Amino acid sequence: MNLEFTPEEQAFREEVRTFIAENYPKHLADFGMREDMEREDFLAWHKILGQKGWSVPAWPVEYGGTGWTPTQRYIWSEENARVNALMPLPFGVSMVGPVIYTFGNEEQKARHLPGIRSGEVWWCQGYSEPGAGSDLASLKTTAVRDGDHYVINGQKTWTTLAQHADWGFFLCRTDPTAKAQEGISFILVDMKTPGVEVKPIKLLDGGYEVNETWLTDVRVPVENLVGQENKGWTYAKFLLAHERSGIAGVARSKRGVEKLREIATHETLDGAPLIKDFDFAKKVSQLEIDLAALEITELRTLAGEQAGKGPGPESSILKIKGTEIQQRLTELTLEAVGTYSAPYMGGVSNDNGSNEHPVGPDYAQHAAATYFNMRKTSIYGGSNEIQRNIITKMILGL
Amino acid sequence: MDFNFTEEQGMVRDGLSRLVREQYGFEDRRKAIASSEGWRPEVWAQLAELGILGMPFSEADGGFGGGAVDAMIIMEEFGKGLVIEPFLPTVVCAGGFLKHGGTAAQKEEHIGAIVSGSAVFAFAYAEPKGRYDYADLETTAKKDGAGYVLNGHKAVVIGAPWASHLVVTARTGGERRDRSGVSVFVLAKDTPGVTTRDYVTVDGRRASEVYFENVSVGAEALIGAEGEGLALIELVTDEAIAALCAEACGAMKVAHAMTVEYSRQRKQFGVPIGSFQVLQHRMVDMYTAYEQAVSLTYLATLRLGSDERTRKLAVSAAKVGVGQSARLIGQEAVQIHGGNGVTDEYAIGHYFKRLTIFDSEFGNVDHHLKRHVALS
Ligand SMILES: Cc1cc2nc3c(=O)[nH]c(=O)nc-3n(C[C@H](O)[C@H](O)[C@H](O)COP(=O)(O)OP(=O)(O)OC[C@H]3O[C@@H](n4cnc5c(N)ncnc54)[C@H](O)[C@@H]3O)c2cc1C
Ligand SMILES: Cc1cc2nc3c(=O)[nH]c(=O)nc-3n(C[C@H](O)[C@H](O)[C@H](O)COP(=O)(O)OP(=O)(O)OC[C@H]3O[C@@H](n4cnc5c(N)ncnc54)[C@H](O)[C@@H]3O)c2cc1C
Repeated sequence: MNLEFTPEEQAFREEVRTFIAENYPKHLADFGMREDMEREDFLAWHKILGQKGWSVPAWPVEYGGTGWTPTQRYIWSEENARVNALMPLPFGVSMVGPVIYTFGNEEQKARHLPGIRSGEVWWCQGYSEPGAGSDLASLKTTAVRDGDHYVINGQKTWTTLAQHADWGFFLCRTDPTAKAQEGISFILVDMKTPGVEVKPIKLLDGGYEVNETWLTDVRVPVENLVGQENKGWTYAKFLLAHERSGIAGVARSKRGVEKLREIATHETLDGAPLIKDFDFAKKVSQLEIDLAALEITELRTLAGEQAGKGPGPESSILKIKGTEIQQRLTELTLEAVGTYSAPYMGGVSNDNGSNEHPVGPDYAQHAAATYFNMRKTSIYGGSNEIQRNIITKMILGL
Repeated sequence: MDFNFTEEQGMVRDGLSRLVREQYGFEDRRKAIASSEGWRPEVWAQLAELGILGMPFSEADGGFGGGAVDAMIIMEEFGKGLVIEPFLPTVVCAGGFLKHGGTAAQKEEHIGAIVSGSAVFAFAYAEPKGRYDYADLETTAKKDGAGYVLNGHKAVVIGAPWASHLVVTARTGGERRDRSGVSVFVLAKDTPGVTTRDYVTVDGRRASEVYFENVSVGAEALIGAEGEGLALIELVTDEAIAALCAEACGAMKVAHAMTVEYSRQRKQFGVPIGSFQVLQHRMVDMYTAYEQAVSLTYLATLRLGSDERTRKLAVSAAKVGVGQSARLIGQEAVQIHGGNGVTDEYAIGHYFKRLTIFDSEFGNVDHHLKRHVALS
């Protein structure tokens, strides 16, 4: 056994680091997720990567993937996290893209994959509904065949960044008489189609990143159906497995811990840096220990993948621990900034329109908002309770 | 031993509970927070009318002869409705300084105004570098003839935008972080040289950065003995912590009840999510945490009049225990509400936010654990 990367992998890391240093947009450097971001900011790096051929590393080479090993992909994400790069959004790259090249027909591949690769087309995910969250299969939105169109009616919710989306992939009920998991279809919808209405939901950090999406008599050509009618649940599950990989966020959390240590050298307690305080330092170390364990667990999963084992229910461990660590990290950051956690300086997307300089140190500005916002991570992508249920059934066999 | 409230206390509680229920619906609160004023002076006037603002003052000082238990009852009701009006800085903090350290003239000038609702106070004690140490002060008050000249910057002064007056801590002598040399002053906010930068806090209140630039005050601004203010500050902030803990208990009670109710209503997989044992047990843990927090709050409140060591041990115990319960209940309540828990529209997230910021007021869990260790 051996934890070291091979010389080839080291060389790859150098190549990647140099490329990022030379090409990552300067105005987005160390951007994090906190400022008011424009559509173009989200897409800037994606477009550069698209030109380089690195925007969809995990895809099969014939569709534009890089052919990198899972370890190379890991190195890639680590190097991006080092500079806090704004990575391509997952909806196109990691979700609908793989569904289209795996289950879609040739026209769909030709039509949709290039836009995903280049970052030209923004996708959103229309799964959840007000009454169908953890129990996704109870969704009610219907798609009724009318000639060569589907007519879609229903309400989706929590549609992340749909306010910017060009296209969405939706789960709709095409056979209301079938059992819950059957009779669901996977349909691509142009978000500019008449009858699609997106209404922002304000989250408790003050930002807007999710939406209610209303579909009223939305007419969608039948060629937008992916795979077979009524077989959408299979594709949805395939997609969710993809969604979970990479959700551990190890590299990003490592960067976060570095930041936390930095903050704790500026903050003082009894005249000395906070990080010299045993109680505080202990908590940071504990977090790093848990993060180290998670990192090796993820690398073990990657090694398994490299040896040909698909991502199994182990990915639920990555989701649970990864999100718990992200939440504790933001909690400790909040603790570190102390009194200056209280001022409100706007959310993920600043809705108070204020250009004023923040009160308190810059690093304190969004500590509370980030902590509030990150509570979502144990809820979305299959809540941590649902992940535990998966482990209960699939691993423990209970 | 007696954990019952007197008949009078029961009446105060009922009256206030009604006011909060009728005047302080979630939508009313939201509107008040979004308004340019950021609070409701008319609610403040009603509180004065009900006698709430005069409750913890002795009859001799123009109050209604209540004490710490009354403050606890009041703050708990405020916590249930997430009331933002500045009872704590005005009545508990400023009122506390006047009660315990004020001269007859100072009491005469200020207590009546507090009781009638005409004066509103903010307590400016925290500084950018001080972390939760009241003696770690860069703000100075230099002797100038009979009076003093104040210079410095106070951080996140809760309620300052609404205040007519300030209570300020400043160093009149000694080295930074010395226990001696700390003094307390009371002054009108419009005293020349006082400026503020006002803003909203994440839990919906208003606060200011307060700057003092060569602010001249007379000798009558000093509360207590010059340079000996720290003991007084510790006494008053211990009272404030007990009251804050009561507020947190009120908020936790409602957050827990809302969560249980939500878990009864919300169906997934064809059943109420409250029927999942994993959620049931967590709601039981939340409930247990709440009951423990209430116990520690009683302990702190009832020990406020004890000797200094006993008082501090009890208050620190409460700030630690209530802080931990507040975090657990806030986080679990959001989690069990699922996506709705992280929206601005649902009330539960706002309880979570208030319970989060609670920890950073007057010393967090770590700070008070340390104080407890040091005294044990
Ligand atoms: C910020 C954010 C972004 C999102 N983005 C998208 C998106 O882009 N597209 C999309 O389609 N969806 C999205 N979602 C929706 C997300 O997938 C759902 O919120 C999630 O599946 C939980 O559903 P729910 O909110 O309805 O909670 P519920 O399912 O009502 O759950 C409430 C609570 O009950 C628990 N619970 C439920 N069932 C069980 C069980 N069987 N056993 C034990 N506990 C249980 C849950 O874990 C949770 O704690 C997003 C959500 C958030 C918060
Ligand atoms: C030191 C000792 C002294 C004892 N003295 C006496 C005595 O003097 N007289 C006497 O009559 N008995 C006595 N007992 C027995 C004791 O009451 C039982 O051990 C106890 O009731 C648990 O039963 P069990 O051991 O069969 O565990 P089980 O009932 O088999 O439980 C196993 C586990 O499952 C959990 N579990 C069970 N049901 C549920 C549920 N519905 N939901 C969730 N979790 C559940 C339990 O909490 C436990 O963790 C003693 C036991 C011990 C260990």
